[in-house]
Amino acid sequence: MRQLRQSLPIGTFILGCLVILGLIPMVLRYINGLGAISNLSDGRPWGFWISFDLYCGVALAAGGFTLAGIVYIFGREKYHSVARPAILTAFLGYLLVIFALLVDLGQPWYIWHAIIYWNVHSPLFEVAICVMTYTAVLALEFSPAVFERLSELNVPVIRRFNWRIPLRVIRAIQIPLVIAGIALSTLHQSSLGTMLLMMPQSLHPLWYTPVLPLLFLLSAISVGPAMVIFESTLSNRAFGHELAIDVLSGLARAIPYILGLYLLLKLVDLLVAGELGLIFTAYPINLLWWAEIIIGVVTPIILLSRPAIRQNRRGVFWGSVLVIFGLVLNRFNVSMLALGMRPGFTYFPHWMEVAISVALVADALLVIWLSYRFLHIAEHEEAVAE
Amino acid sequence: MSKGTLYDATKCIGCRACQVACKQWNELPAEKTTNSGTCENPPRMTAYTFTKINFTELEYNGKFQWVFNKQQCMHCQEPGCAEACIVGALEKTEAGPVTYDDGKCIGCRYCMVACPFGIPNFEWDKPLPWIRKCTFCADRQGAGLRPACVTTCPTGALKFGERDELIAEAQGRIAEHPDKYVNHIYGAQEVGGTSWLYLSPVPFEEIGFTTLPSVPVTINAERAMAAVPPVLVGVAAAMAGIYWLVQRQQKIGQKAGEEEKQKEKVK
Repeated sequence: MRQLRQSLPIGTFILGCLVILGLIPMVLRYINGLGAISNLSDGRPWGFWISFDLYCGVALAAGGFTLAGIVYIFGREKYHSVARPAILTAFLGYLLVIFALLVDLGQPWYIWHAIIYWNVHSPLFEVAICVMTYTAVLALEFSPAVFERLSELNVPVIRRFNWRIPLRVIRAIQIPLVIAGIALSTLHQSSLGTMLLMMPQSLHPLWYTPVLPLLFLLSAISVGPAMVIFESTLSNRAFGHELAIDVLSGLARAIPYILGLYLLLKLVDLLVAGELGLIFTAYPINLLWWAEIIIGVVTPIILLSRPAIRQNRRGVFWGSVLVIFGLVLNRFNVSMLALGMRPGFTYFPHWMEVAISVALVADALLVIWLSYRFLHIAEHEEAVAE
Repeated sequence: MSKGTLYDATKCIGCRACQVACKQWNELPAEKTTNSGTCENPPRMTAYTFTKINFTELEYNGKFQWVFNKQQCMHCQEPGCAEACIVGALEKTEAGPVTYDDGKCIGCRYCMVACPFGIPNFEWDKPLPWIRKCTFCADRQGAGLRPACVTTCPTGALKFGERDELIAEAQGRIAEHPDKYVNHIYGAQEVGGTSWLYLSPVPFEEIGFTTLPSVPVTINAERAMAAVPPVLVGVAAAMAGIYWLVQRQQKIGQKAGEEEKQKEKVK
């Protein structure tokens, strides 16, 4: 209890305020329409919510399937301690996407239409089915953490139920779950790229390519470990337990290979399309391309391929931050900055659009905080609790 | 056979009776606008304005020209919006119109992003908003009538009929008066063809038409979507295989370890 009071203060208070601030635009939206709380228009029907919540949210949740794969399929037990936090953040990331859609959609109460009216040709249909099924898979993958805790609790009604039974069921289907999670994520990460294939005219040729789905998948896989490094470093700070540097540098080692493949594919694709010259001539939009490549791809490749930096906590952390920044910039480029608008329109996100997204992230952080407090998320904590 | 409409810019006088007829038939409200310095009004199409005449003043072939062009949904042969729509609310009917079913729509606005002509619009000011666009008067067509705009057009700039016949007629008009028209029927090839066809006295890009290739916008997305089932099965199979291999190796490793232990015990 003492522990709880110590860590409750300022941080969680601010998060709580942000959540409440985000509720105001949500109420206004249902009174005055989407136009009242956003700068979205007929010329820019998809804006900050789609770019940040959907495109970045899904990609940054990639830690879930990459870590689950490394630990449960490839049998690298070393990384077991970071798998659960990764699955938790992936689960919350997907919930964030769903909640953001409930604001963004014109008719959110009809979201279940996606289940009964199938348009199998629509990339967005693929996205919707993947979000639904993968969120369910993530919930199941994470559920042991809850069942474990429930089975320990000595609270009247709860202790009457044998929580070991659902726990055993989940453990039995764990490997099929992980495989399903990887297959669904592969489809889902790439399908966000497929969605953009419908816009050959409006997406700038520096980014538009038929291999966009593959580029999306590769960049998501590269950001998975980076996101896990980023989160665990921060949660180390917040909750005061330290992860072995061996684990961090092991995760970081994989990143340059995937990013290298990504960069190669990107360049070869531009070369084959005969559009490589655009990286010099398409001023000023090419600056965004260069920023994405230099900050988010080339620099982390150089940094993280050096053992000295991989053995250094700060080095690994900042290398990962660059990878994450590069990915976020890439997703904003393809879904907003390099995506043409109808003539005569401009767009800059309304503060209420940003407030809603910030509130959703604050929600997720609060849930993470609660989970670390009350569940066994990091195994180091388990030792402390016992 | 599918229906189409041929718009001949050389016959249009910019009276905008089509805009009025459209509003009347679809019971669309008027919009408050201000003088924009041209005869165009309203400034752009919205969820409450399905069609609009654009006015362009330009010099072409050493002559001043005042050219009109009518904007509305083009009713593509292979519509991006219908391919994009998550619930299949937008559909290309055999008769020609791309119809919209608000009983299915969830308001995701993917159609708006996917349309190469920038046509579907959204009711931004309503708490329960829908997508709105020209219906090609599918309801009137079903009753054997012509679209409202075509019916009202006083000069015959709009002609409704079978799409194939209209293309033939447009070719005929160009052949008859090669001096009057540019040799291009907009909509015959663009993005795989559209139900609405255009003739113009000046190059189309001069009066606000986007230059579009003849391949449908859906082609790359279609290919990627076709790869979904094999990728799903392939990834699942590959992961299961890797899991089996890794487990097998670990078991062999364990067995070897146990054997060594036993050997040590024997010693």
